[in-house]
Amino acid sequence: MDDKIIKDHGLTPGEYGDIVRLIGKQPNLTELGIFSVMWSEHCGYKSSRVYLKGLPTKGKHVIQGPGENAGILDIGDGLAVVFKIESHNHPSFIEPYQGAATGVGGILRDIFTMGARPIAVMDSLRFGPLDDPLNRSVMEGVVSGIAGYGNSIGIPTVGGEIQFDPGYSLNPLVNVFALGLAEKDRIFYARAEGAGNPVLYVGAKTGRDGIHGATMASAEFGKDTEHKRPNVQVGDPFKEKLLLEACLEVMATDMIVGIQDMGAAGLTCSTTEMAAKAGSGMDVDLDLVPQREEGMTPYEILLSESQERMLICAKKDRVKEVQAIFARWDLDAVIIGHVTDGGRLKVRFKGAEVVDIPVDAVVNLCPTYRRPVKAPAYLRKVAKLPEIPVPDDFGAAFLEVIASPSVADKEWIFRQYDHMIQINTAFLPGADAAVLRIKGSRRALAMTLDGNSLYAYLDPRAGGKIAVAEACRNLACVGARPIGVTNCLNFGNPEKPEVMWQFKEAVAGLSEACEAFEIPVTGGNVSLYNDTEGASIHPTPVLGVVGLIEDIGKAVRPGFRSNGDVVILLGENRDELGGSEYLKVMFGLQQGVPPAIDLARERAVHELCLEAAGLGLLRSAHDISDGGLAVCLAESAFLGDRKPGCSIDLGDRIRPDALLFGETQSRIVVTASPRRAAGLLSLAKKRKVRASRIGRVGGADIVVRVRRREVLRVPVATAFKSWKESIPSRYKIKG
Amino acid sequence: MKFGVVMFPGSNCDRDTFHVLKDVLGRDTVFLWHKDHDLRGVDTVVLPGGFSYGDYLRSGAIARFSPLMQEVRAFAHRGGHVLGICNGFQILLELGLLPGAMLRNKGLKFLCEFVHIRVENARTDFTRAATKGRVLRIPIAHFDGNYYAPEGVYAGLLRTNRVVFRYSDADGRIAADANVNGSMGSIAGIINDGGNVLGLMPHPERASESLLGSEDGRVIFESLIASRIAGKRLKK
Repeated sequence: MDDKIIKDHGLTPGEYGDIVRLIGKQPNLTELGIFSVMWSEHCGYKSSRVYLKGLPTKGKHVIQGPGENAGILDIGDGLAVVFKIESHNHPSFIEPYQGAATGVGGILRDIFTMGARPIAVMDSLRFGPLDDPLNRSVMEGVVSGIAGYGNSIGIPTVGGEIQFDPGYSLNPLVNVFALGLAEKDRIFYARAEGAGNPVLYVGAKTGRDGIHGATMASAEFGKDTEHKRPNVQVGDPFKEKLLLEACLEVMATDMIVGIQDMGAAGLTCSTTEMAAKAGSGMDVDLDLVPQREEGMTPYEILLSESQERMLICAKKDRVKEVQAIFARWDLDAVIIGHVTDGGRLKVRFKGAEVVDIPVDAVVNLCPTYRRPVKAPAYLRKVAKLPEIPVPDDFGAAFLEVIASPSVADKEWIFRQYDHMIQINTAFLPGADAAVLRIKGSRRALAMTLDGNSLYAYLDPRAGGKIAVAEACRNLACVGARPIGVTNCLNFGNPEKPEVMWQFKEAVAGLSEACEAFEIPVTGGNVSLYNDTEGASIHPTPVLGVVGLIEDIGKAVRPGFRSNGDVVILLGENRDELGGSEYLKVMFGLQQGVPPAIDLARERAVHELCLEAAGLGLLRSAHDISDGGLAVCLAESAFLGDRKPGCSIDLGDRIRPDALLFGETQSRIVVTASPRRAAGLLSLAKKRKVRASRIGRVGGADIVVRVRRREVLRVPVATAFKSWKESIPSRYKIKG
Repeated sequence: MKFGVVMFPGSNCDRDTFHVLKDVLGRDTVFLWHKDHDLRGVDTVVLPGGFSYGDYLRSGAIARFSPLMQEVRAFAHRGGHVLGICNGFQILLELGLLPGAMLRNKGLKFLCEFVHIRVENARTDFTRAATKGRVLRIPIAHFDGNYYAPEGVYAGLLRTNRVVFRYSDADGRIAADANVNGSMGSIAGIINDGGNVLGLMPHPERASESLLGSEDGRVIFESLIASRIAGKRLKK
């Protein structure tokens, strides 16, 4: 085979040699195409696998850990949650609407292919600054794409997170999380078992769209990105809605053996994986594959990433019934082949055999690399902070920080998403975590996405730990105990030793924190090569954590409730400003050491918050994160029904700027009625967690005094306006 | 009293509506399949929200041609109760059971949020459990909810008291900034001449359990139930 063809398929000469050795022949072009996608970074995890192995994956709730379409946790009452996060970064930059829309469609198929009805979507998004019209249009396209798909198919987008940084201007991140609910004993896996059992192709017809999408997602972008537009798939949420209903109807019976969605690498991935996981083989006839274009080659049919398609291995004697259900939903369900013994994928096209390869080689024997690592040189430069002047007017700084798009109100985004459909959404977006009731039960689910790429840039290990800590803290605030994690690891080009070092460190941090909180990682996604024109993004590990609330009546909201309620700080303030939103917004600095994190202390704060919530001691709870204590107080005021102010007195001997805006970890601001406050403080004492009475809810202003000197007084109404109008104002057409 | 919730391909509030009618209000409720010609003996047909047939053309434009809708049209002409919620309202407009049309929301964005609507006419079978002027807090979730009708039609609606709900603020004031989608006359819901077909954009099924933030939507379903009971008594 021509060296150029091999290179164009993203394979190294060494990998090509492996292929020849494993299949015992020179591959033809179609076979090379199959290896090219299945051994791409996106599908094969070849750079990341050695590190991912270190993540904890076991726990009492785990039904299914990494390695399947999604992770599964037992939540009791015969129910299981099926959840996962996946990136759609590269396509979303090339074509924001369809890139994001198919990101939603893809992750939803991962959920319902396991027999679960999807009940929630969340998104973690990163864009360049909104002052740039290109970034505004990318964000608008992505948000419309998520809305267009999710709203139509009828799965609520219940939460998520978003941050802005210049590093994402040419490489936005779109990570989509989805969660579904299944009956514990009705879970389906991607297995093609039983020689002679028919293999059915269901859903949309195959076209030329998205060929080599997975390979594209495994390379850097250059200036020719525009030319990659045809690699992006086009979504049809209506078709997927039909597919979802038909699949769930089929899965409610016992007509099928296994099922797999066609996502990245399409028919190639689903046929080889379903066979490999069961130790079987498969014969497929491509002439039987429903096609919407004429003249497609076997290479194109096998590698197409057309959306809204699934592969089903049915029981031989039940095929007619399966087909009847799909016909009721007006969908194709065509037998395209059958299961064989012997572990080979054999593909025929116009009477000739065009592929004959062992599935094990394709699926399980992708080479893994321990790539060189090297601590980046920038670390030494950014660690030290210059002299930071203490401002004269904290009010002005405060208004600027809360209007920073990373901190500001996100209603402009989430009101475009149907976040209430399926009528489970107990907490509207904006709370620390999304809270969904489970119909017919007192129990509720909570979920959150978190990640701070600036911390991860300054110290990837700390960034990894803090992502887990913050996610669990968000759950603790609503009264939920974390039970499992999915992660999406967005990094640059792994062939750069500095990027690989960031990856290794971040995963070590995640791992340590997940151990400390005793939460298993049940799967996730790695997105590498987030580089455009040679520049890598900040390392961006994003965590999706799912939690359980035993009694939804005891879930806690973030907003201040009643005048006179006592404001109590759980945790303690420290003199830390490194990596803060404040330094970024006010001084343009992405520098310093990120806040210290002590996982044991962090967990003790969560446990206290959870116990207090369970005892009904809390009127509100909100964690301190981006923007520090001042932003936390402001948001607590804004999220209250009557938007009450507060009056806070702090005694700490710390620089007032660090006290107001520093992002010291392991802190939660809670309120309690005056009658309950003492009980809460003594509970904290018993649990040996620092808790201090810092003020009262009430008045029309947010007032903070430090050692009796007033450092901040801003009317809630003024602050609310800055916070509320920041993002919409960037989209106003100026006359 | 038996409710039928229609399932079109692409309906996505069908299960929510079913849940409220059956599990929350405890009423006999069945699904009606779009390909059928059978209304299964229901007393009230509910056209739920969603994106029927994908709504890739105009919202509701394809659904009006479905086999079941021919039966629903006849049922409505016989005086049967038909409630169209969101996409269901759009379908009723396309079907001609209600007058007018939907434009894209002002602002050209999908909008999902709690809004307030004021009951303009409490003397309908869909609102008799409410009082005129009562403000209901109910969510909307739509892209095409900007109601429009030609001047003459609009005047007719007013003259015959067929505007049943208007978008308002929390205190019941009708104001431009409370008219979230830009509807003509702040219209959120209208009823037909015969008083048996109602369409509204807000989702009462999303506001029928206190856990979800409001129970104000129940009054519409409860009115229908009360009307039915009153109707039966009348017949006897």
